Amino acid sequence: MKEDNKKVVIELDNVKRDFIVGSETVHALRGVSFKIYEGEFVTIMGTSGSGKSTLLNQLGCLDTPTSGEYYLDGVSVRTMSKKQRAKLRNLKIGFVFQNYNLLAKTTSVENVELPLMYNRKYNAAMRREAAIKALESVGLGDRLYHKSNQMSGGQMQRVAIARALVNDPAVILADEATGNLDTRTSFEMLVLFQKLYREGRTIIFVTHNPEIAKYSSRNIMLRDGKIRSDEPNGNILSAEEALASLPVQNDD
Amino acid sequence: MNLANLFKIALRAIWSNKFRSFLSMLGIIIGVAAVIIMMSIGQGSKESVRANISKMGTNLIMVRPGADMRGGVRRDPSAMQTLKVDDYEKINAQKSYISKVSPEVTSSGQAVNGAKNTTCSLYGEATDYMDIKQWVIQEGECFTDEDVKHSAKVCLIGKTIVKELFGEGVDPVGKTIRFKSIPFRIVGVLKSKGYNSWGMDQDNVIIAPYTTVMKRVLAQTYLSNINCSALTEEMTQNAIDELTQILRTNHKIAPEAEDDFTIRSQEEMMSTMSSTMDTITIILVVAAAFSLLVAGIGIMNIMLVSVTERTKEIGLRMSVGATGLDISNQFLLESILISITGGILGLIMGYLGTKACALFNLPTSIPLWSILVSFAVCTLIGVIFGYFPAKKAANMDPIEAIRYE
Repeated sequence: MKEDNKKVVIELDNVKRDFIVGSETVHALRGVSFKIYEGEFVTIMGTSGSGKSTLLNQLGCLDTPTSGEYYLDGVSVRTMSKKQRAKLRNLKIGFVFQNYNLLAKTTSVENVELPLMYNRKYNAAMRREAAIKALESVGLGDRLYHKSNQMSGGQMQRVAIARALVNDPAVILADEATGNLDTRTSFEMLVLFQKLYREGRTIIFVTHNPEIAKYSSRNIMLRDGKIRSDEPNGNILSAEEALASLPVQNDD
Repeated sequence: MNLANLFKIALRAIWSNKFRSFLSMLGIIIGVAAVIIMMSIGQGSKESVRANISKMGTNLIMVRPGADMRGGVRRDPSAMQTLKVDDYEKINAQKSYISKVSPEVTSSGQAVNGAKNTTCSLYGEATDYMDIKQWVIQEGECFTDEDVKHSAKVCLIGKTIVKELFGEGVDPVGKTIRFKSIPFRIVGVLKSKGYNSWGMDQDNVIIAPYTTVMKRVLAQTYLSNINCSALTEEMTQNAIDELTQILRTNHKIAPEAEDDFTIRSQEEMMSTMSSTMDTITIILVVAAAFSLLVAGIGIMNIMLVSVTERTKEIGLRMSVGATGLDISNQFLLESILISITGGILGLIMGYLGTKACALFNLPTSIPLWSILVSFAVCTLIGVIFGYFPAKKAANMDPIEAIRYE
């Protein structure tokens, strides 16, 4: 947090988001401010109703603040049109969803290519090359042409992570990315996220599972639309070690 | 997103729901096939009617007594007797744009040979009639101008009369039949012409010299009509003008008075018949076109289902950077592809259907423009009925769409 020499990727300045439900106004975010620097692995935690989904939508440029400013890579998002935000998402953000959201009956490579389809700078050959590279980096080099319905949950989530990486985004946004996976596979995902962290990627991981915060470099706690705590993690646990210490599954 | 990628996505979406896509195409297929078949039957009938009319005679011009009814005034029945043999003789003497001319008197009644009898038409004609109406003598020969001059009791008979009065395989030339108790010696048998386009048997006729029919059968002094042949098709109008001139002079009609006769050419009859056929064709095609409208609604329905079903996919595409335009183009192209594919299959079905109709002796002919029109209509259907579902998809909120279950 005090690393002022590092580049700021995300800056929130007193972001508020109100929803009007019937005649009532719901204050989902009541003034949230923080900066996220390049290369951080941040977990955003909170119970349901704490405003973390709303915050994620703000960070992902899917929504705009009612008031306050949000700068992504130095660009103000608040005044952007829908079309501009779509372009920004395409270039700067990689999403990883809880339920993978892969295209049905479609191969891994084609799923990973999807964001590049909406980027005119990429032709078919460049798309394919980038997609294969991304799949190899998540350890799926041998499953390039498997269709989404022929893969396990862990494999599908790896494809989704590869898809988030393929456009070389400024930030990876993971929304409960381990929520649908068993313990062992969850740790495998954390190993992968820690690998990406070591490679210098900026990762924001939204979760309600306090366990995951032990493996990130910084933890932001939300409650009732406000930040309750924002602390760096001095003792980052190794997901690899945790995975090794898990009892070996007995498949018999 | 570029067009090639859009195509790929749309084709995949259609293919992954093969059966459903086919069912929604079916409406278009049936609609287009129906339109094509209706148009080709309409066009074919028109051509066949035209061919039949031109078979009626060579550059035929008909003069009838009496004027057309004008301004709701019924014509004077006495006007029906205005054509006389004298008119015929004047035309014959003064003609320059007319090659052949024949007066005509008609009667119908019973022809008898021994114990056999049949009802038929009797035409009294001059010898030129054979050329005007393109009659061919199959056996024997035509009566002569000499026969006409002497009101000889000779006749030519059609194939149907031969069959009815003599039976198959009998040569009737030289034999005698009676029409209204007048005996006629058969001098020739006419080659069969079959039925005309109004379903009349053209072979159920007896042709005799007009003088004979007027004096011996009908005892009348006026003609039913006069048939002429123009020298060439192009001279038809000149011939009509000439005929009008001769008849007006002969009937001593004052310049401001109306004609007491009517002249109609084959060309005129063709255009009358063609326009009747056109009306029928339009009615048929409009009926078929309604099925295309229904098909379009079917496509819209299936596209709306598809959009709802793929809400999550739309949310995903939007979250990785698809704009509303990208999404609407994707769905629009999908509906256009469904309707165009349906259109092409419909064309093939229509073509096969037309061939099948031809097997049942329905006259058919596929006009080229009908193919182009149905293709354009299909594209239009795809755009119009795909627009609303595509708009719906484009306006989705990515936040809600991605979490849609």
